[in-house]
Amino acid sequence: MSEIIKIEQLRRTFQVGSEEVHALKGISFTIHSGEFVSIMGASGSGKSTLLNILGCLDRPTSGEYFIDGTAVSQRTKDELSTLRNRKIGFVFQSYNLLPRTSALENVELPLLYNNTISGKERRTKAITALEQVGLHDRMMHLPNQLSGGQQQRVAIARALVNDPVILLADEATGNLDTRTSYEIMSLFQQLNREGKTIAFVTHEPDIAVFTNRTIQLRDGHIVGDTPVVMQSAKEVLNNEELRIEN
Amino acid sequence: MNIFNLFKIAYKALLRNKTRAFLTMLGIIIGISSVIAMVSLGQSSSQSINNQISSMGTNLIMVMRTSQRQGGVNVGSANVQTLMAKDVDAIRNKAKYIGAVSPLVNASGQLVNGANNWPGSVQGGNSELISIRKYKIASGTNFTEQDVRNSAKVCIVGKTVVDNLFPNGESPLGKMIRFNKIPFKIIGVLESKGQNQMGQDQDDVIIAPYTTVQKRILAITYIHMIMASALSEETAGLATQEIETILHANHKLKAGQANDFDVRTQKEMLDMMNSVTGFLTVLLAAIASISLLVGGIGIMNIMYVTVTERIKEIGLRMSIGAKNKDILLQFLCESIILSLIGGIIGILFGLLLSYLASKGLSWPFIISIPSVGISFLVCAATGIFFGWYPAKKAASLDPINALRYE
Repeated sequence: MSEIIKIEQLRRTFQVGSEEVHALKGISFTIHSGEFVSIMGASGSGKSTLLNILGCLDRPTSGEYFIDGTAVSQRTKDELSTLRNRKIGFVFQSYNLLPRTSALENVELPLLYNNTISGKERRTKAITALEQVGLHDRMMHLPNQLSGGQQQRVAIARALVNDPVILLADEATGNLDTRTSYEIMSLFQQLNREGKTIAFVTHEPDIAVFTNRTIQLRDGHIVGDTPVVMQSAKEVLNNEELRIEN
Repeated sequence: MNIFNLFKIAYKALLRNKTRAFLTMLGIIIGISSVIAMVSLGQSSSQSINNQISSMGTNLIMVMRTSQRQGGVNVGSANVQTLMAKDVDAIRNKAKYIGAVSPLVNASGQLVNGANNWPGSVQGGNSELISIRKYKIASGTNFTEQDVRNSAKVCIVGKTVVDNLFPNGESPLGKMIRFNKIPFKIIGVLESKGQNQMGQDQDDVIIAPYTTVQKRILAITYIHMIMASALSEETAGLATQEIETILHANHKLKAGQANDFDVRTQKEMLDMMNSVTGFLTVLLAAIASISLLVGGIGIMNIMYVTVTERIKEIGLRMSIGAKNKDILLQFLCESIILSLIGGIIGILFGLLLSYLASKGLSWPFIISIPSVGISFLVCAATGIFFGWYPAKKAASLDPINALRYE
């Protein structure tokens, strides 16, 4: 198993007025290919800061970060942009779809910033990604014609379209009801089975059970890194339905 | 990112808000179309004046009397009696750049034919006057040098005079009319020339031998004016100097003494008119440019609002791999597209406006290629200039903050 993400003694310090705030106080871990990791922690634990660094949106104050073997810490802004474009797929809590733009065009968006991909390839890849998330019959729909769960699926397709080495999900089920959350988790599990590496930031323990490893953060330190026996979101969903029927 | 993708992104972003895009363009449309219309109309009016002056002959030279002091008294130009028919002869004999030259004596009075009458003025000249004034004889003949020597009571009349004295459509040739009770025989009718640039009817004219006007009507020995035509427009300047030299000698003026005459060319008149219309064109274009500036500020305003409104979109684009440069170019592209499309519509609309106006005023319709070209460049520059600041602001956003912006 290759190392997709490797961080060593990662620190991030913010200057707030004259005070230094240590958001991450030297953390290290490795995520291997094929893992489905949940990163948990209360607000203020540093998980957003960690996610920003993992997503190449921010640079650590000190420490090393390797994504897919590439060192990130000393990269320029433009190089970080390219890394985000080629290696990372983001899924956000609030979907962040462009309004008045079809699902297909929303999914195509990351490829527009990649010069090596032709217009025809772009379309094919976007269609494939939408098929992967089960929205092949909704390609021309606008975001406001889709349900929350469907919008999140479009966002996942957008994250998948550039074939990233890792999917970074930031509270991706936070805006959804329980049932739809389970559906989305089931989709993530399916993608994980197909070989995608996923890091899922959440504060809900009942969502973390659908992953196979949990990293607990508190006050900028890792306080727990435990393997989890992954529950199948699909089964939970079916059981739930049975319970309602009975 | 390649240019094509860039334009595609910008274009799609604009399409998401068509009404606003159009309203933003409206400022540019109004600005550009008013610049185009003003410049085009200015040039049309100057062309129209040019055409009319040229129809009088750009090689025309006029020698007029000027006021003079006699024993300390300024007598005014009307009382100067030093311009003589022999001056005309001197010019004809000595000048090299003069094609034709004629004295001019004016007398106004009432024309009568039976029960019909018409106020008119008789212009006395020699047989060359008609060609100098660029008139043509439609029917009948010009008078001869013989007629001039004999002070013959013959005349050539313009269309307006014919229409008023012969309202029943009969031929005026050979008819006798009276001018201040003196009978004149009509021997020719002039072709119609219409109005000149001052709105003067050039067909309201009677031409007779100057000797007849001098002796039989006015009882004077001097003449009012000399009209000459230079060999060509280019030699008009030389011809003017020549005439000045000849008349200076002929009037026995001392060196340095002020002339009692003034030589003017039609070309000077043309230049003066052109400088006036040119100034007006620049003035109107300057006023119109202000509306273009306002349009440009409108673009900046909307782009600025757009950036604030789309902070989340910018954050998203950055998170999926857009570089700062890509964001800058996208917003710049949007404002350039707005201003260019606005500019093209403005140019077409401005041309339509000036076409309608020039048709309405019966001026020639002129498309000024430089002004269209400059307007187009100004549009592009407006887009870049007023789009730069908002685009810069968009590009300098921090992706983390932009993504979390609510």
